[in-house]
Amino acid sequence: MDLQKINVQKSERKENLDNLIKQLAYPLIAIITSFVVGGLLVAAFGSNPIVAYSAMLRGSLGDITSIGETLVITTYLILTGLSIAFGFRCGLFNIGAEGQFVMGAITAVWIGWGLKGLPPFLHVTLTLVGGALAGGFWGGFVGWLKARLGSHEVINGIMMNYIAVQLSNFWVRTSLNQDGKAFSVEIADSAKLWRFSETFSVFSKTRLSGGLFVAILVALVAYYVLNKTQKGFEIRAVGFNQHAAEYGGINVKNNIILAMFSAGLFAGLAGAIMTSAMQYRVNQLMGFTGFGMDGIAVALVGNNHPIGVIISALLFGILQKGGPMMQIEGIAKEVVFIVQGILILFVAANFVRIMHDKYKINKELKNSLNKREGK
Amino acid sequence: MPTVIEMKGISKSFPGIKANDNISLSVEQGEIHVLLGENGAGKSTLMNILYGLYNPDEGQILVKEKPVVISNPNVAIELGIGMVHQHFMLVQPFTVAENIVLGSEPSKGITLDMNKAIKDVEEISKKYELKVDPNSKIQDISVGMQQRVEILKTLYRGAEILILDEPTAVLTPQEIEELGIIMKSLVSQGKTIILITHKLKEVMAMSDRVTIIRRGKVIDTLNTKNTDIDELAEKMVGRKVNLTVDKKESKAGTPVLEVKGLKALDNRDLEAVKGVSFEVNGGEILGIAGVDGNGQHELIEAITGLRKIQAGEVLINGKEITSKPPRDIISSGVAHIPEDRHKRGLVLDFPLYENSILGNHRAKTFSKHKFSLNYPKIREHARRLIKEFDVRTPNEKVKARALSGGNQQKLIIAREIDRDPYLCIAAQPTRGLDVGAIEFVHKRLIEQRDSGKAVLLISLELDEVMSLSDRIAVMYDGKIVGVIDAKDATEKKLGILMAGGEAQHEE
Ligand SMILES: Nc1ncnc2c1ncn2[C@@H]1O[C@H](COP(=O)(O)OP(=O)(O)OP(=O)(O)O)[C@@H](O)[C@H]1O
Ligand SMILES: [Mg+2]
Repeated sequence: MDLQKINVQKSERKENLDNLIKQLAYPLIAIITSFVVGGLLVAAFGSNPIVAYSAMLRGSLGDITSIGETLVITTYLILTGLSIAFGFRCGLFNIGAEGQFVMGAITAVWIGWGLKGLPPFLHVTLTLVGGALAGGFWGGFVGWLKARLGSHEVINGIMMNYIAVQLSNFWVRTSLNQDGKAFSVEIADSAKLWRFSETFSVFSKTRLSGGLFVAILVALVAYYVLNKTQKGFEIRAVGFNQHAAEYGGINVKNNIILAMFSAGLFAGLAGAIMTSAMQYRVNQLMGFTGFGMDGIAVALVGNNHPIGVIISALLFGILQKGGPMMQIEGIAKEVVFIVQGILILFVAANFVRIMHDKYKINKELKNSLNKREGK
Repeated sequence: MPTVIEMKGISKSFPGIKANDNISLSVEQGEIHVLLGENGAGKSTLMNILYGLYNPDEGQILVKEKPVVISNPNVAIELGIGMVHQHFMLVQPFTVAENIVLGSEPSKGITLDMNKAIKDVEEISKKYELKVDPNSKIQDISVGMQQRVEILKTLYRGAEILILDEPTAVLTPQEIEELGIIMKSLVSQGKTIILITHKLKEVMAMSDRVTIIRRGKVIDTLNTKNTDIDELAEKMVGRKVNLTVDKKESKAGTPVLEVKGLKALDNRDLEAVKGVSFEVNGGEILGIAGVDGNGQHELIEAITGLRKIQAGEVLINGKEITSKPPRDIISSGVAHIPEDRHKRGLVLDFPLYENSILGNHRAKTFSKHKFSLNYPKIREHARRLIKEFDVRTPNEKVKARALSGGNQQKLIIAREIDRDPYLCIAAQPTRGLDVGAIEFVHKRLIEQRDSGKAVLLISLELDEVMSLSDRIAVMYDGKIVGVIDAKDATEKKLGILMAGGEAQHEE
């Protein structure tokens, strides 16, 4: 390779880095601002924001156990956030992540409990893959309805969410019921995912598991698929402009189904991890778990970018885990929701960028006004 | 005549490019003032500044001799400035009247007074001979009509000064003539018009003065009656432009495209292509002439697999491709420069380098380990196309959205011709291009022909069809009503066929 080419590549790499920094700078400022604004609100309600935030940090990151539990939430949120983000990149709103999550969890019970005598590695893998596939089909079906009949994915997604919860509860009460209790049977030991506590005794009080690494790995794979492969190119093209995609020889319908299937895979995997690593069973559900819905916020704040999703899932993990500790300190837990809300508003609505642009425009205006007066 | 608009020393930069460089422009009350310049010269940018969509980095604007700061379009509208964009901004399922009042709805209490709106629209329409029906839906009316709706919309908001950005690029010759009449009627009633166009004939026919911009700078302002087409072209491009097409005798070979008894429906499920048969041979350009809306659009979509075929067959090099998916048709060697660059031709939010492989993204040259894309190579490919086809852009990484209209078109043409297809379908290939770029594209199409490829050209511009084609097929009411040798074609002969008349007997 000649020198010039190497130089071009080098400068490209540098530019990419610059872009990444720019992309990260705005959300970062937004996050800081929303904490400041949230703090002001706390103060306005008559509490001390410093007490509030330090309680939140203590609750979420104060010791190994709480860090572990924060990362448990993060694990789910990475995957459900990814699920929503993946859909968005294909122009689809996967509100059905909730139901896909539930399907993943209950299917994992079926596989984890139903199959016996398998070697652990194989059993765990089957449990996770089976749960993910169940979510995948749950999502793929919504995609299929959209592609073949043109019916909207949000409506069908919501419907499928209810069906998933009812189906899961039905099994929990019948075939999978544990002695008439409000939860299912427990999965076999061979289907349980490795937990940190099995190897490191400092983690003995947390359920943190290898699921975290699975989630991060899946996010990295999703990043690669979306941005570096032919399929990713097609999915993004469909997301931006279906007509142009069709013109470019891209099968729009198949890509819609594929994107919804993949989105379902991620959410289903999150549910399977809950079964295989955290709960070992599924409880009777009174409503939705909320992980699917939180995924929407995670995806928005993560700018629908798989790497952004990892970071934003961590942030939401901290908020959710730290919330109860704030409550113990006498601060309404609603503050957590408020900060979350402001966060979404600031980051997702690109608030900082807009304000920045406004500021620049105002400056220009003043400049030109000054110039005119000078004349 | 008093000066209504005065722009002084306007500069505006985008990342990597100075789109406007110390531009000064003055427009007089009641004139039609043309802005002329190459693709990417900075015309739309300058007008977007005047309309408050962009803020200038430097310079000032005077409206009726008073200095103003136009920070957003609302300010512009208040100052009596209205703009019709290069690409329309109408809400398709709404009616004409609804679109026109959108954003400035007359209210009756808290409800919308639609009756008043309809009456207002009718009144304005009558006053300026726009002939717009306020109750029809946007999706059901022609492009020319939609444009009048845009004009009406600005008038409804009290515009005194109208900016029309390439209004004629999407119009049929008939509609262009009517637009000319409308503009005359507007200026005769005291309005002022700033017009952007690449069509030099129109400049000569319609304008009072012309300001020529090249690479962001003003070259000159001329009185139309003191200049001619050649001078304008030269000033604009900076060199002599060959406005006629030079080509050798064609050496037609065997049929590359064969269409037999093709039938297809339009979007409203009415038959639009009613049994069309023709062939295009290697080494020739077949032009399809016709008034817009006679099935040309549906015909191309049917051939390229974008529309369902009801009956008939399509063959490429003797191989049947009827009703195959677009992917297979592309890989059998068909390139397609689509009529609508924003709808079909580009993913506007993709960077140029990703757009440069759209449709070709599965090619081995661009892939790595089978399923992955080789982005360094794709970028290199894009850089080469940009250079070869003179696409004016800071680099290959900007989004297609950031390119000027003509440069977007050049990128599409570059991508399609570079594929070196057996058949190149070119629909309105030079729409929105400046004369220099048109010369270049025509040369490339003829090059394709001379290297033995087949070219199917669809154009609403008779001049273009007549000068490029070897044979001309005329389409009328979904059928091909005559195929004549380009040597024998006259505007009159084609005109009669296009209007549904009988062909003369000599053929
Ligand atoms: N929003 C934008 N972001 C970045 N660059 C832009 C943007 N808008 C315009 N440009 C650049 O500014 C230059 C001038 O563009 P402009 O649209 O004004 O050209 P134009 O004279 O209207 O050309 P055309 O005849 O092709 O429409 C072009 O090089 C274009 O790439
Ligand atoms: Mg323009």
